[in-house]
Amino acid sequence: MRMVMTGNYASAYGAKLSRAEVIAAYPITPQTSIVEKLAEFVSSGELKAQYIPVESEHSAMAACIAAETAGARTYTATSSHGLTLMHEVLMWASGARLPIVMTNVSRAMAPPWSVWVDNMDSIAQRDTGWLQFFCQNNQEVLDTIIMAYKICESRRVMLPAMIIEDAFILSHTSEPVDVPDQEVVDRFLPPYAPELKIEVGKAMGFGSLVKPDQYMEFRYKDMLAMKEAAERVKAVEKEFKQVFGREYGGLLEKYMCDDAETVLITAGSVAATAKDVVDAMRARGARVGLARIRAFRPFPHEELRALASKVVGIAVLDRSYTFGAAGAMFTEVKASVYSCHKRPVMKNYIAGLGGRDITTKIISNIMDDMAVAAKRGVEDEVEWVDVAGLPRRWR
Amino acid sequence: MTKSYEDLPLTPIADTPSTMNLTGLWRVVRPLVDKSKCKKCTTCWKFCPDAAITLVDGFPVIDLNYCKGCGICAHECPSKCIIMVKEGEA
Repeated sequence: MRMVMTGNYASAYGAKLSRAEVIAAYPITPQTSIVEKLAEFVSSGELKAQYIPVESEHSAMAACIAAETAGARTYTATSSHGLTLMHEVLMWASGARLPIVMTNVSRAMAPPWSVWVDNMDSIAQRDTGWLQFFCQNNQEVLDTIIMAYKICESRRVMLPAMIIEDAFILSHTSEPVDVPDQEVVDRFLPPYAPELKIEVGKAMGFGSLVKPDQYMEFRYKDMLAMKEAAERVKAVEKEFKQVFGREYGGLLEKYMCDDAETVLITAGSVAATAKDVVDAMRARGARVGLARIRAFRPFPHEELRALASKVVGIAVLDRSYTFGAAGAMFTEVKASVYSCHKRPVMKNYIAGLGGRDITTKIISNIMDDMAVAAKRGVEDEVEWVDVAGLPRRWR
Repeated sequence: MTKSYEDLPLTPIADTPSTMNLTGLWRVVRPLVDKSKCKKCTTCWKFCPDAAITLVDGFPVIDLNYCKGCGICAHECPSKCIIMVKEGEA
């Protein structure tokens, strides 16, 4: 059924259609309407789930970990400071190999206090062992939640996933969303049935002490699971397309990249704006393309290398900054393609922090700047875009 | 014995309590109690950070499966009835 809904409601419908059995939640702007909607679903009986209001995000994740260890499919949602408060337990969820699915409404970290979009919160959690999906629109949010359970619960993956939804641009903006029928989702996503779980009357310790002689073997298994996840993302999406008719490009969505000389790489909702820019620039004859990092973990290493070997310039637009280094997407893309036989000129653009609009004009200026840099060489490898006080005009 | 990663579960699963991890092997020095000097004051029993001391007829008995030889009992004993000796000597 087609409905008009916000990204937050798309998240709530995604969790409902996936038949989450335990939802532990703590409100935070701009995530709150996700867990409010889920509370409505549970209270009306539309969703049969245990709904646990907790005292903090750390507790929300701890409750999900316990429930998932007991064999329940769990869901939670958070944002920004809530996500970073979870940091310690995020690592427990992945190390304990619990396929929890969570929406993070991506919001700037404070100070300066801000409730608007910025991916620093999510990027700061990249090493926690979670799969990370950056979504472009509300439909993708709903669909990716359903797919994420199927990817993560497969026997050789068993890792948690974070669905990243840009604050306000997706979370509070209404779009038409196709809400699939429950029976169809049920056929696509069978109930969660882990091989191992807590059982009453059988005393076991989960995630217990291992000495230095055995720790690395467990971490090696986690590494293999993340590699397997990269394959499952593609396989599950193929299956999803057969059932629901939609696809999103696997780990890396490529738009007009086939004959492109200059490619913009970015993630999240800004990719939709960038596609419009690519269309407009193509109409004027510019050979430009867009590659959207859909999965930041597992990272689209091979896909980027294949792309990089065919283009002249790559501009990476980061909606966050890693202080003392550069944008995280830039450093990772650059590291991925460094050992390619033929590698393009690359430049990093930092833009849109704390909810500042990244307009079509800014993106086309970035594309033009990159085309020039590809020919004449790079002066500033990491360029802050649209900062008052800097001489350069981007708008 | 280190197991191959292929033979391990997804996450370490313990089916025995952590008291099964005998940590006495970490010890370099061992407490020796001279019962003739002991006043049964229980100071050592209160201070042992690993709860490795039990009281039998009021006298301390050290559980060498868990005692790591920290020497706190010997240091705190008011009547100096506990001494630390190197493992392998005495």
